[in-house]
Amino acid sequence: MAASKPADRINARLLAALASLLGGVFVTGAARAVPLPENRAEAMVHTYKGGGVTATGPALLVRKSIADKISLTGTYYLDAVSNASIDVVTTASPYKENRNDFGLAADYAVRDSLVTLAVGASKEPDYSTRSLSLDIAQETFGGMTTVNVGFTRAADEVTKIGDSSFLDQAKHWQFRLGITQILTPKWLASVNLEAIADTGYLGNTYRVARVFGAAVPERHPRTRSSRAVKFRAIGNLGGRDAVRAEYRYFWDTWDIKAHTIEGGYSRYFGQSFLADGYVRYYTQTAALFYSDNAQGETTYVSRNRQLSNFDNLVIGGKLSFDWKKQPGLYDLKANAGVELYNLKYKNFTDIRNGSPYSLRAAVLQLYLTATY
Amino acid sequence: MNIAVTIRWCLPLLLAGALASAHASVQLSSSAPDFTLKSVAGPNLRLQEQRGQVVMINFWATWCGPCRQEMPHLNRIFDKYRATGFVLLGVNIDDDPRAAADLAAKLGLRFPVLLDTDKKVSRAYDMSAMPATLLVDRDGRVRYIHRGYRDGVEKTYEEQVRSLLKE
Amino acid sequence: MTSRVGCLAIALSVLAVLGGCAVPQPWVKPYEREGLSDPIMRLNRDALAAKHSEHVRDIREAGRGATGVQGGGCGCK
Repeated sequence: MAASKPADRINARLLAALASLLGGVFVTGAARAVPLPENRAEAMVHTYKGGGVTATGPALLVRKSIADKISLTGTYYLDAVSNASIDVVTTASPYKENRNDFGLAADYAVRDSLVTLAVGASKEPDYSTRSLSLDIAQETFGGMTTVNVGFTRAADEVTKIGDSSFLDQAKHWQFRLGITQILTPKWLASVNLEAIADTGYLGNTYRVARVFGAAVPERHPRTRSSRAVKFRAIGNLGGRDAVRAEYRYFWDTWDIKAHTIEGGYSRYFGQSFLADGYVRYYTQTAALFYSDNAQGETTYVSRNRQLSNFDNLVIGGKLSFDWKKQPGLYDLKANAGVELYNLKYKNFTDIRNGSPYSLRAAVLQLYLTATY
Repeated sequence: MNIAVTIRWCLPLLLAGALASAHASVQLSSSAPDFTLKSVAGPNLRLQEQRGQVVMINFWATWCGPCRQEMPHLNRIFDKYRATGFVLLGVNIDDDPRAAADLAAKLGLRFPVLLDTDKKVSRAYDMSAMPATLLVDRDGRVRYIHRGYRDGVEKTYEEQVRSLLKE
Repeated sequence: MTSRVGCLAIALSVLAVLGGCAVPQPWVKPYEREGLSDPIMRLNRDALAAKHSEHVRDIREAGRGATGVQGGGCGCK
């Protein structure tokens, strides 16, 4: 079956990379042990508001190392969504629903490697996901180079509110490879690759496409294979500040090509404040079968604006305040982050007024972080 | 995708490179390089003057997590054996000596903390990990080297200190 | 073509090692890494905030992956 080939290729690549890495784990002598991630607790309240959609909720993370051998992390995330987006108001009626997301991860340090096993589950009234991940981070070359290999397998179950006979599945495979390299005592760089393969139901049960001006249910392919490569550099400028830049190129079998470029600057102020500012520009071309108003009959057709030709400019800032500190015992910080999104669609029209759609949104994150 | 094929071959080479580079300037059974460093308490301290005693040299920094974890154990070992001819020298390599003095005071370190701000001693010893602990016998020869800190290694430290004191 | 470049790289490396040429030594020693250990140099400082931002972008953009944020695969609509 054609659908299993991308998964088979990813499997083969993963086994090869794993074999090389594990071989390395046994070959390097009794080198020092890589430390486990620090104990940490985070509590967050997040809000997204824009384009008729409001999503708010709390999120929690707790990480604790047990007997200095294994570190366990538990996460919980809630999205209370109130959806009156352009798709929803023009083709259906506004609705409210909750999405619950749980995660559990275990980190195990063996010699120069950190092995992480994670499971996750996400549940909304009509969509549920389960995922399993394995990540290995291996330090080599005197600790100057870190190689990361990761693998995720996820399975989704899709239902439809108002149609109890609808039931479908989707499967996802992700393979990650990354190298982080220390360049100088002040500069770090990294390259990350990720390949994702999806099979199954990849569309939206409620969204409609437009063919010859009339609304028809959308038809998405049942497979998708994507690749992304990202280059990143971060440098300590010496004046208690740092600058970072990154570029990502994405391409997939739906003919979408996307570029992301991001730059950020961080700086300490006084004894207790840390401020970050960043700008991220994203641009993508439309999927092969995407059409705002299709003028022909094709096997696949979609009016999903996520697959259209658009730009996204994000401007963000974060402020962190060192609230309470006891060196060696705990360190509590209060943080606030704001992101402003500006999406301009090139070939998706707002059918309420006939002009290309544009979307402005704001994200607010307020959270406490503690290391203990 | 051919990138994966290339990487699959390059990884073992990278690791081989790591192996090749995993050597220390200071070899076992060689003389420990002499140094004189200013201590946090004020006076200078010279390694040569410690001849006749068993010396444990520990390289640490305030920004190194495992170093901080190790400190209470080093404190305890120092207290236990100091009366029987044992000296523990904590060589700190922070750029800012005040940070070292602050943390040493907060952790209640009772052994001498020496400041290697210009990293001369670190370069002479060329330890390939942080923290790094060396045990030097009464004749000034390096007998044991520990790279990094792992929970439980302090027991090994004690055994090795005892065996050197018996000589 | 990439695998041929890879093979060439391997051949050169093997020759270098066998010929006694020095394999490059790590040039930033552990005691010189104070500048890199600062939390300001961490690529992913706050896990929850990063995961949330990543989720907001995943829903609206077709581009995904290679972000360095672990725990993806939500697959939500």
